[in-house]
Amino acid sequence: MSIKKISETQPESFEFSKDNLQEAENIIKQYPKNRKASAVLALLYLVQKQHDNWIPLAAIKYVAKFLEIPYIQVYEVATFYSMFNLAPVGKYFVQVCTTTPCMIRGTNKVLDVCKKHIAKNQNELSKNKLCSWTEVECLGSCVSAPMMQINQDYFEDLDEKKTEEIIQMLLNDKFPKPGSYRNRKNTAPEKGRTTLLEVKNA
Amino acid sequence: MLSDEDRIFKNLYNDFGWDVESAVARGDWSQTKEIISKGKDWIVKEVKESELRGRGGAGFPTGLKFSFAPKQVGSRPHYLVINADESEPGTCKDRDILRFEPQKLIEGCLLAGYAIGAHTCYIYIRGEYFREGQRLQEAINQAYEKNFLGKNACGSGWDFDIYLHYGAGSYICGEETALLESLEGKKGLPRLKPPFPALVGLYGCPTIVNNVETIAVVPTILRRGAKWFASLGKPKNTGTKIFCISGNVNNPCNVEEEMGILLKDLIEKHAGGVIGGWNNLQAVIPGGSSMPLLPKNICETITMDFDSLIKAKSGLGTAGVVVINKDQDIISCMARIAKFYKHESCGQCTPCREGCGWMWRVLKRMAIGEATYKEIDLLYDVTKQIEGHTICAFGEGAAWPVQGLLRHFRKEIEKRCHGEPIVKKSLKIPYLIDQHLLEKDSA
Repeated sequence: MSIKKISETQPESFEFSKDNLQEAENIIKQYPKNRKASAVLALLYLVQKQHDNWIPLAAIKYVAKFLEIPYIQVYEVATFYSMFNLAPVGKYFVQVCTTTPCMIRGTNKVLDVCKKHIAKNQNELSKNKLCSWTEVECLGSCVSAPMMQINQDYFEDLDEKKTEEIIQMLLNDKFPKPGSYRNRKNTAPEKGRTTLLEVKNA
Repeated sequence: MLSDEDRIFKNLYNDFGWDVESAVARGDWSQTKEIISKGKDWIVKEVKESELRGRGGAGFPTGLKFSFAPKQVGSRPHYLVINADESEPGTCKDRDILRFEPQKLIEGCLLAGYAIGAHTCYIYIRGEYFREGQRLQEAINQAYEKNFLGKNACGSGWDFDIYLHYGAGSYICGEETALLESLEGKKGLPRLKPPFPALVGLYGCPTIVNNVETIAVVPTILRRGAKWFASLGKPKNTGTKIFCISGNVNNPCNVEEEMGILLKDLIEKHAGGVIGGWNNLQAVIPGGSSMPLLPKNICETITMDFDSLIKAKSGLGTAGVVVINKDQDIISCMARIAKFYKHESCGQCTPCREGCGWMWRVLKRMAIGEATYKEIDLLYDVTKQIEGHTICAFGEGAAWPVQGLLRHFRKEIEKRCHGEPIVKKSLKIPYLIDQHLLEKDSA
């Protein structure tokens, strides 16, 4: 289990914007009528989207009221799942996968670059307040290891130099191109493809 | 080697486009109406005869699982839930299906949903797969436009809806009952079984939970026939499977192959061989991080199917093959896996919550040579205390890789951990920190 740090500075109140309110209503419709609570994960995502990628306590209260469930149930969920940030993160939130398949392909070098250029410690904002990084568990892209996720996009097949380029772009407030950084086609072998050579789309 | 003709996922690398038109051109959604008109029993029978086993890790026969759903829909509706919470280290097969073959999954959902009497399907996708989820949602929307889903889906007279539900970064939500809890908007804590989800599942209603790959192969099985599927692979281990080969290989890749393929062929032929040559191979994790590793001598001859891997005291799991060569420190690799389990344990059962942390701490010290000789047996003891003493299979998944390490690389550990025990026999300390050492002394 991991420990979640809750931000010391909290906004007084939180409310969904008009668009998000509409979206929240739509999400609730996916579930049976008396099962509104199912939407809690999706609503917390909406909160994160609206509130600079982190969830304040006021929003937890708001979501609980919105779904007519106890405050503690939403609080439990927000602290249980690792993707909910309860303290501010950078505008560019770099998550480096460090589990074994990435580790043996050299994720430590990627981490070193993050430490050098973003901040010394995890979840610490960079000097210009734009970036922060964290170590995460397997992101499910082991074939293109080492890799990292920045906000919602995957950056695959990295090495030290490529990571440095990506981080520099982020620090200059530009979003780099996601995908493979060795120009390979998705999860096909880079060289000497052995399968699906003769199939045609018909 | 499997011929391209027999491969189910022809768009695995996105050579042809993922959209519904391309998918239809590849043969998806053909004869769907006819298949449905043959009836529920026929579908279940056909899947049973194909001997398809679940692709999510446990390898449970899918047809049998379908047949567990009550025959008649009573006062409670039935649900189909697709497990797309792919988080097992070493596995990335479902991601490609979601990105490039979404129509296969959607069609499979309709057919499976019809077979078990469900009008509603939830796809539980891991939160990190945000882009894949967007893609899948687009694919679902396209299917609705073509009337493949919705009221009278595909002209079959069956109403069917699919909804996406994002997880939020919890490995344990890949366990089927934890997944259902999470779907209900709670923490992902696994439920005690029985009752099994097939009778009391989502919202207390009969629910069938299946992996993405399992459901995505169902339409092809029904179109081409159970006999064709059963003719591939080995008896009881039939069909094709997507293998994810990662780690120290020259060309890491996903590849669809026949079940029962030689592990050596998989690595040498498809993944371009081990970095530094076959002789540089140290160990292979054959089925995602939960499965015990195999040393080189077993890797020479082992075939990749459920039963032969169980015989070798490992398992096929999700078929995420992680190749580790001699340049890596095997103890550190396993210590990192132990850390993964420590991080992801839900904390519900004490043996797992505490034991995973213990294993990680001991392995971490072993990796840098600070552990003592006695601790090797102690570590094994801890794994045995976890295994079988937890609500879900997470305990086994955490204990097995460590047991595998101890089984095959004990000498390596012994070489490194030769220090004296911290607490020696002669010391009579009233409050020992280490209960296990105390027990041994008094025994």
